[in-house]
Amino acid sequence: MDKLIIGGREFDSRLFMGTGKFRSNEEMRRAIEASGTEMVTVAMKRIDIQNEEDDMLQHILNPKIQLLPNTSGVRNAEEAILAAQLSREAFETDFLKLEIHPDPRHLLPDPIETLKATEELAKMGFIVLPYVQADPVLCKRLEEAGAATVMPLGAPIGTNKGLTTRDMIQIIIEQSNVPVVVDAGIGAPSHAAEAMEMGADAVLVNTAIAVAGDPELMAKAFAKAVVAGREAYLSGLGSQKFYAEASSPLTSFLD
Amino acid sequence: MFSEELKKYDWEETTRLIASKTAVDVERALSKEHLSIDDFMALISPAASGYLEQMARKSQYHTRRRFGKTMSMYIPMYITNSCTNACVYCGFNRHNRFERVILTPDQIEDECKAIKDLAPFDNLLIVTGENPYAAGTPYIEKALQTAGRYFNNLTIEVMPLSEEDYSRLTKAGLYGVVCFQETYHRENYKKYHPSGMKSDFEWRVNGFDRMGAAGVHKIGMGVLIGLEDWRTDVTMLALHLEYLRKKYWKTRYSVNFPRMRPSEGGFQPNVVMSDRELAQLIFAFRLFDNDVDISISTRETPHFRDHIASLGATSMSAGSKTEPGGYHTYPQALEQFSVSDERTPHEVADSLRAIGYEPVWKDWFNS
Repeated sequence: MDKLIIGGREFDSRLFMGTGKFRSNEEMRRAIEASGTEMVTVAMKRIDIQNEEDDMLQHILNPKIQLLPNTSGVRNAEEAILAAQLSREAFETDFLKLEIHPDPRHLLPDPIETLKATEELAKMGFIVLPYVQADPVLCKRLEEAGAATVMPLGAPIGTNKGLTTRDMIQIIIEQSNVPVVVDAGIGAPSHAAEAMEMGADAVLVNTAIAVAGDPELMAKAFAKAVVAGREAYLSGLGSQKFYAEASSPLTSFLD
Repeated sequence: MFSEELKKYDWEETTRLIASKTAVDVERALSKEHLSIDDFMALISPAASGYLEQMARKSQYHTRRRFGKTMSMYIPMYITNSCTNACVYCGFNRHNRFERVILTPDQIEDECKAIKDLAPFDNLLIVTGENPYAAGTPYIEKALQTAGRYFNNLTIEVMPLSEEDYSRLTKAGLYGVVCFQETYHRENYKKYHPSGMKSDFEWRVNGFDRMGAAGVHKIGMGVLIGLEDWRTDVTMLALHLEYLRKKYWKTRYSVNFPRMRPSEGGFQPNVVMSDRELAQLIFAFRLFDNDVDISISTRETPHFRDHIASLGATSMSAGSKTEPGGYHTYPQALEQFSVSDERTPHEVADSLRAIGYEPVWKDWFNS
């Protein structure tokens, strides 16, 4: 089977979901269920573990689902590390979506702080999934620093514009030795399919599902698009690798 | 006209330029999406001989992206070996003494039926010598009309014609015209083509402009490998193709690289191209022009054809007879050249299917 493996855990679904912007927890729960997702990110800052009445978490928790706490709200590596430690304690998981965006308007990730925090957190045993600009060099640096995946953005978060960083994401996919999860900007199932066709290992979708007229139906649509894109990729569509291999399988007939 | 354009390129200088290409030039060419003529020269240069596998990989990718896993099948039909030329390398040279044949419309019809019995061919290449008096445009037009009852896609490989005649034949159902320049070496061209209409270099090299201006759907080009330095010749061919594409942009193009082999008696090639070099040339052409149709005839061996089929070639002949009437009327007449792949069309098609390719017999509707 074609499983995605991150941090030693196997995933059948390659659609990751975010939990912001839903009209109600119940609507979110139905969308999560409809999507078939097995990785759901939640903002640490959003959850109040002490508050019995905040039942958001109860609408997410499910044995099939890996909770992916994120550090949304932190502004630098130091704050991110502190948040990560709290997260590990509260959610009892090493999985961490590292988001450092000092800019509250566009929520664009700080590459320098993200790299610093990834180095530290990986040493501390975290399974770090850093959210970054679609910067191929940065992604290689994060990989070397011990990131479990890289999560380049397709477009500014919340814009639903799709893969405006397509060429860079293509290079990242070609170069990466860790799973590539396209995060942010995916506004339609066709965008998700496009990313998967290109060879992305997974996509993370939030706004497009949360603000859809019918989030549950949209979640189903995304699930299908991700599967379709993955299958297209596996069938051999659009490989753009031309690197020579040591042997000469194509030209040995000339020897 | 291309003869003017060609004057911008000095033969000796071009030859030197190709020889000076280095591995760095080859790698630069391989990293680019759109190749310049300089990149092309690097890829056909001796410096690229160590990059064959990478070139094959890229060539295969571009070919599949553009053409899929398909092979367009065609078959030649020689209708006359009558010729007023004296090309030193050709079996149809007028000084060669043998009985000349000009097939009648009835004989052409018999040949068409015999071809249809071989395989479901729909792309027919009608070939003649050059005898404008006994087998000129009216004769070719009649042949097209006859063959048009059996084949949708008709291409001719005949002497260069006037623009008016190309227009006339296109209206009569002609789809494509194949014409090999043989060599772009202006001075030495005269040595190989000492007399007859074909001795006129300008008339031949500008024939492609006339085809384009006449609205021929597809133009087939090529040089005869074995006359002059093939690297320089194919560079001129690439320039010619680039020139035609910009000028006659509605036309499709194909290239073909017939190579002469040393043989017993007769004309001996001045240069011999190896299989490796032919493969290198095909890959380089595919990288230079992703859309060009690359045709591989039965001059090449089954071994070479079965492999190049998935690496850059896009059309193939099969079951070819290179003498007029060879399918039915005169099965023993003199061949223009000897074929290396003597398999039946069905055997060739089976080999293509075995490597996962679909032989495509029909891809045109002649209204």
